[in-house]
Amino acid sequence: MNIRDRILYFLDLHRNGLTVLALSLLLAVYPLAYGNPYILGLTNLIGIYTIVVLGLNLFIGYAGQISLGHAAFFALGAYGSAVLTVKWGVWPWPAIALVALATAMVALLVGIPALRLHGHYLAMATLGFNIVIYTVLVQWDELTGGPSGFAGIPALSFGAWQFDSDLKLHYLVWTAALICLMLGLNLVRSGVGRGLAALAGDEVAARSLGVDTRRAKVKVFVLSVVLASLAGSLYAHTFGFVSPDTFGIFASVDFVTMVVVGGLGSVWGSLFGAALLTWLPEFIDVFESYKDIIHGLILVLVLLFLPKGLVTGLIDLSRVRLARWRQRRA
Amino acid sequence: MLDVISVCRNFGGLPALSDVSFSLQRGRVTALIGPNGAGKTTMINCITGVDIPDAGRVDFAGEDITGLPAYRVARLGISRTFQNLKLFPRLSVIDNVLCGLTVQGGQSMLGALLRPPRVRNRERRLRLRAMAALDRFGLTELADWPVDVLAYGDRKRVELARAVVSEPRLILLDEPVAGLNHEETATVAKEIRALRAQGYTLLLVEHDMDLVMRVSDHVVVLDGGRCIAGGTPDEVRRNPLVLEAYLGRTGALA
Ligand SMILES: Nc1ncnc2c1ncn2[C@@H]1O[C@H](COP(=O)(O)OP(=O)(O)O)[C@@H](O)[C@H]1O
Ligand SMILES: [Mg+2]
Repeated sequence: MNIRDRILYFLDLHRNGLTVLALSLLLAVYPLAYGNPYILGLTNLIGIYTIVVLGLNLFIGYAGQISLGHAAFFALGAYGSAVLTVKWGVWPWPAIALVALATAMVALLVGIPALRLHGHYLAMATLGFNIVIYTVLVQWDELTGGPSGFAGIPALSFGAWQFDSDLKLHYLVWTAALICLMLGLNLVRSGVGRGLAALAGDEVAARSLGVDTRRAKVKVFVLSVVLASLAGSLYAHTFGFVSPDTFGIFASVDFVTMVVVGGLGSVWGSLFGAALLTWLPEFIDVFESYKDIIHGLILVLVLLFLPKGLVTGLIDLSRVRLARWRQRRA
Repeated sequence: MLDVISVCRNFGGLPALSDVSFSLQRGRVTALIGPNGAGKTTMINCITGVDIPDAGRVDFAGEDITGLPAYRVARLGISRTFQNLKLFPRLSVIDNVLCGLTVQGGQSMLGALLRPPRVRNRERRLRLRAMAALDRFGLTELADWPVDVLAYGDRKRVELARAVVSEPRLILLDEPVAGLNHEETATVAKEIRALRAQGYTLLLVEHDMDLVMRVSDHVVVLDGGRCIAGGTPDEVRRNPLVLEAYLGRTGALA
C-alpha cells in the first residue's frame, strides 16, 4: 500500500471515531465564536431533537417500522419531568430516570399490541396514541397547565452549579446528544443491530436467521421511546417551559420528516435531518409560514427520488459509484 | 438426523403436501425433486417453521420441532436459502453475510449499546468468519458492495454464504442454481460437494436433474404433494413411476 491508500484506509477504518472527535471539537469551540444566545437556543433545540430523531430512526429507518406518535413520548418525558419536579418536589436527575422508566412501561403497554400491526395500521395506532396524549395535555389543566402550558421548571444542576445559561446548556445538551449518537453507532454494528436491519429487510428471512422478530420490534420500540423521553426531560429543563403545541401530531410528522431527510437507517443522518429542518425555517420566512406544507413536500419528494432518505441515498449512490470505479481500475 | 413423518399441509382445501415422510442422514446430501407445484418449497417451510404442517411431525436430532417458531428452529442450527432470494437490499454483501451470525452476536440490547470489550472482540471474530465465508464463495472483492446492484448469480452466492457462515447442523437449499448459467451451476455443484466433504448435512431442492444426479446421495421425489419414490440417484433414474410422473412429463432426464 502506498501512503495515500494507507491514509484512506485509516480514515475509513476509524470514520465513526474521527467524526465523533471532529464534531466534539467543533461543538466545544463554536459557542466561543458565536455566543449569541438566540443561536445557542436554536442549536440546543437541534441537539434535543437529534436524540428523538435518532431513536425514531432506529425504529423506522433501521428496523423498518413506522411511528407517527413519537411526539407523545417526547411529551411524556417533558411533562413527566415538569410535574415530578415542580408539583411533587422530586429532584430533577432522579425524576428524569423515573419518567424514562414510566414511559418505557407505557411503551410496552402500547407496543406489545400495536407492534403486531403492520404499515398503515401501525401508523394509525401510533397517531391515535399521539392524539390521546395531546388531548390529555390540553384538557387536564390542573396537572399540565392546559393549553397555556407549564412554566417554572427548574434548571438541572450539579450541587450548587446550575445549567442556567444557554452556554452551559449547550455543553449539557450536546454531551447528551453525542453520547446517544455513539450508543446508536454501537447498536447498529452489533448482533442486535443486524437483527433489526434483517427485520426491516424481510421478516421471514430475519426469523429464519434466528431473530425473534416480535421481541426485537418491542425492544427497539422501547429503546426509541426511552430516547424520546430523555430528550423530553432535557427539553423541559432546558427551556423551563412546555406547552402542548410542541407535542401535537404535526411534531410527530416533523420527526419522521427529519428521519427521512437525514436518511433512513443512518445514525449521523439523524443529526443532519434534525439540524436542517430546525435551521431552515429560521432563515427562510416562507418556510416558517407554510412549514407543514413544505415539510410534507420535502417528505414526498425525498421518498419519491431517494427512497432511502437524503443522506443514506446519496451515500449509497456514491458507494456504488466508488465500487464501480474501483472495479474499472482493477 | 431429520425425520419428516406423515406431514400434511393444505391450502384452502387443496393439499400441497399429503402424508410425506422421509429422513435425512447426517453428513449426506439428500435431494428433493419434483415438478413445479409439487410442494417442495412448502416442505422446506414446514421444516423451518415458516409454515406449520396441518398434520404429521418433524423431528430434528431426536427432538420434535413441529410448529416451533422459525427463529427457534434456526437457533437449533437449521439454516436455509430461499427460492426467490431474500437478501437485505439495504446492506452490503459483508453485512448480509454477517446477518447469518445475528444470534452469535448476542441478544443483549445493553451490551450492544455499550459495546464493552467482550462484545467488541466477539464482533471482530464474527467479522473474520464472515470474511472467510465470502472468500469461500469467491465474494471477497464484492464485500462492501450493496447487494442490490449485484448480478443475480452473485446474489445467489451471497445467500449461500449467509446460510453457511453460522456452520449450521443442517442446510436447506431451495433451488440454488435456478437462473444460473452453466458455469455458475458448475461452481455451485463444486461448493455443494465441498460442503459435503466437510461433513455438512444438506437438503437440496432442485430442478436441475444433472446437478441432482451429480451431487446427491439420496433422492426423494414429490409429485402433487405425495412422496412417490426415494432411493439413490440411479434407482430413482430407473424408477418407472418417476419416469412417468415427472421425468417423462418434463423430459428433463438426459
Ligand atoms: N401460501 C400459499 N397459499 C396458497 N397456496 C400455496 C401457498 N404456498 C404454496 N401453495 C400451493 O401449494 C402447492 C405447492 O407449492 P410449492 O411448495 O411452492 O411447490 P414447489 O416449490 O414444489 O414448486 C402449489 O400448488 C402452490 O400453488
Ligand atoms: Mg419452490
